[in-house]
Amino acid sequence: MNNLDKLQHAFVTVMKIDPALVVDSFAYGEHREWDSLAHMALVAELEQAFGLMLDTEEIIAMSSVAEVRRILGVHGITF
Amino acid sequence: MSAPSPSLLDLQGKVCLVTGASRGIGLACAHTLAAHGATVLMAARQADALQAAAAAVNEVQQGPCAVAIACDVADPASVRDLFQQVFRDHRRLDTLVANAGTMQDAPIGMVTAELIDRVFASNTASLLYCAQYASRLMARGASGGSIVALSSIIGVQGHAGQAVYAGSKAAVIGIVKSLAQELASAQIRVNALAPGFIDTELTAHLSPAQRERALARIAMQRPGSPADVAHAVLFLASDLSRYVTGQVIGVDGGMVA
Repeated sequence: MNNLDKLQHAFVTVMKIDPALVVDSFAYGEHREWDSLAHMALVAELEQAFGLMLDTEEIIAMSSVAEVRRILGVHGITF
Repeated sequence: MSAPSPSLLDLQGKVCLVTGASRGIGLACAHTLAAHGATVLMAARQADALQAAAAAVNEVQQGPCAVAIACDVADPASVRDLFQQVFRDHRRLDTLVANAGTMQDAPIGMVTAELIDRVFASNTASLLYCAQYASRLMARGASGGSIVALSSIIGVQGHAGQAVYAGSKAAVIGIVKSLAQELASAQIRVNALAPGFIDTELTAHLSPAQRERALARIAMQRPGSPADVAHAVLFLASDLSRYVTGQVIGVDGGMVA
């Protein structure tokens, strides 16, 4: 599974959404599946999948798929 | 009903983080948790004192079970670095003992804004900072974890001249009760201890008269020791308390206001 697959899998696992929804514009708070509880579950899923620990500021900044990708990039995860 | 198995107190393979661990109650907690098999991560601001404290624990246990990590828990960036190190080196956390704090008294007319900020940062905000990261690390494991926050009998009963300290420690109880509800589904237990008069450096400055007045309020007629508090921490860190969450446990010898 490549990194993009892992990212998509995390979203789908947590939010039970169609994988086709996991695009850069998919944003926190704009879909009922991505609420605050799902956000923390997503963080846990991403941390497990990529073997890292995110900072609180990063968690708060993860407001869209594009932002998630950017922040994971800071940790050396490339897509 | 059978007696509890000794294994319920066995902390082998567990990773416990104790803040304010260079002296007093925190150091006693580190000794006690290490004595029951835990790997103990000891955090405090003063690196030299902390290193000496960790060395003392390792000497007693005759092995490298304690690790010193310098950290100011009132500083969010320092807490972030602490937990990044915990994650990097251990990948898990089973128990957080949020013990670091400060006691600074002043009559209400002499309380400064700076005093309020300092006391609440050390005693209250620090718990929130640590619990944020600790709960996420604990949630990674199937067995969850235990957060033990040090409140105070002053936070429960109040005391003249200690409005700021009392407020900061009462807030700890509100945080604990909220987190207990929020984190229970992840099998993370969150409890508070409310020590009474404990013989530590925090109480060493009391005059003989003040000390006598404090002792007169204790039904057991003696001050507590840091080990008395550490034993309660051990209970909350162990599987003996696996169904206990959201509680405030007094460790005060029957102290009354």
